[in-house]
Amino acid sequence: MSFIHIKGLEFSYVNEFEEPPVKNTVLKGIDLDIEKGEFVAVLGHNGSGKSTLAKCINAINLPEKGEVSVAGLDTINEENLLPIRKRVGMVFQNPDNQIVATIVEEDVAFALENLGVEPSEIRRRVDEALKTVGMYEYRMHAPHKLSGGQKQRVAIAGVLAMEPECIVLDEPTAMLDPKGRSEVMKTIKMLNKEKGVTIVLITHYMEEAAQADRVVVIDGGEKIMDNVPKKVFSQVDLMRSLGLDVPQVTEIADFLHKQGYDISSEIITEDECVQALYELLKEQTGK
Amino acid sequence: MAIIKTEDLTYVYGENTPFRKVAVDNVNLEIESGEMVGLIGHTGSGKSTLIQHFNGLLKPNSGSVYIDGEKLWDDKAKLRPIRFKVGLVFQYPEYQLFEETCYKDIAFGPKNMGLDNAEIDRRIKEVAKMVGIGSDILDKSPFELSGGQKRRVAIAGVMAMEPQVLILDEPASGLDPKGRDQILGLIKEYHQQKKNTVILVSHSMEDIAKHTTKILVMNKAKLFCYDDTVKVFHRAAELEEMGLAVPQITRVFNRLRAMGIGFDDDVYTTKYAGELMLRLLSKRK
Repeated sequence: MSFIHIKGLEFSYVNEFEEPPVKNTVLKGIDLDIEKGEFVAVLGHNGSGKSTLAKCINAINLPEKGEVSVAGLDTINEENLLPIRKRVGMVFQNPDNQIVATIVEEDVAFALENLGVEPSEIRRRVDEALKTVGMYEYRMHAPHKLSGGQKQRVAIAGVLAMEPECIVLDEPTAMLDPKGRSEVMKTIKMLNKEKGVTIVLITHYMEEAAQADRVVVIDGGEKIMDNVPKKVFSQVDLMRSLGLDVPQVTEIADFLHKQGYDISSEIITEDECVQALYELLKEQTGK
Repeated sequence: MAIIKTEDLTYVYGENTPFRKVAVDNVNLEIESGEMVGLIGHTGSGKSTLIQHFNGLLKPNSGSVYIDGEKLWDDKAKLRPIRFKVGLVFQYPEYQLFEETCYKDIAFGPKNMGLDNAEIDRRIKEVAKMVGIGSDILDKSPFELSGGQKRRVAIAGVMAMEPQVLILDEPASGLDPKGRDQILGLIKEYHQQKKNTVILVSHSMEDIAKHTTKILVMNKAKLFCYDDTVKVFHRAAELEEMGLAVPQITRVFNRLRAMGIGFDDDVYTTKYAGELMLRLLSKRK
């Protein structure tokens, strides 16, 4: 069985204040399997169910129907709660909402202390996690004095210190500037490629999703697409109709493709785009 | 005449404490009336501190701010009318909604200005139409709305005060691409209709490129430059060095130029890139 196994997942929010209570079904039968070491991006417009899905992975939300399991552990079984949360860490959008301590290293140590890890082991893991995200030199700083990208990396370090097998990130770069965004993306990719951490990244930035191994598109609580980035983004019109977007380089390639020029519509990186446009212009000049 | 002018504006957080930090350092700036200005800068560069000076939320440690020729802080009693002239929409403005209905929420600002009910009603209807909030939604509680709708109601509340300058701090953050285009589109439309000055703070270079004519760049508390959008994105290397970026499409065309493809244009939107490609391709046929 896959590392993360989701089958026929349904989930609703119920507004108890209405009479009779109003049920809003957000996930309508999602099937999704994620293997260990994969880097999967999840896209969908606001309200499509992305975040609800993410919270199902580490048992914050429990399925109403269907099943979710992590490393073979079913989330519905309460005994599995702690083992699942140790394996799957979550990072949210706003770093200010997830930092609890007044000193960086204490914040990173927070979860470990709660888990009753040996002090010497805490020291080792905190140092290692802070070094991994490049925040070691800030270990004695006050978190609220850091930049957004730095705070978000501290939040990631706090999750890393628990040595999870998987990290689910819910729009971790939404509030960051370009530099903070690229710092966080570099950290995420490094964790995936070098440490083998499974990554589930929810984002509104198409350029970020283009860096994943696989892109899953959610719309109206259902999985619409699940493929490698270039196969997803090349469907420019479908993406737009879902309220999403494509990277700028895909947009220009698609435009030229539709104008009848000989250019692939599956361009998703800057390098590919530069190369393809260069070839096109070169051919035309007959160089 | 400049609608916003600063002279040697300096602001320091935590003066006389060990945490002293100069957030805005000796900024001299003149923004002409009617511009649509993008404000960019890395986190902590002083963007938010700067805009809070424009409607007198912060008092400079030294230097001065002029709005529409009037110097702020000379006479404290004059601050109130100036705050009506400069509308500030904070990040995540939907968290500031508080009234029972959207109508009442939008009415809050105009009411405080002492306008009569007929005028308030006229303005609410006008801005509601502008931001795409139907009359059925106006009677609803803001808490029943979706995130994008809430944000539009919050922005409408500031627009209803008809400020000469509208400043928006990251109005599209957290929204999906469609919601983002909607919000930015309506702000642009508002700007074109009202001919008011708009300052748009954003971390998205793509959005800034698409919607503004001038860019103000803050770097490490200092004003790096204030210039035409095209000219600012022309300085790609410098922007990247200070933790900013240029749109992806700009990077692509800069690289093509470096590879020897001949064109003089500065490309910063995909629409323009498309037109340029067609031109280059047809010329070479």
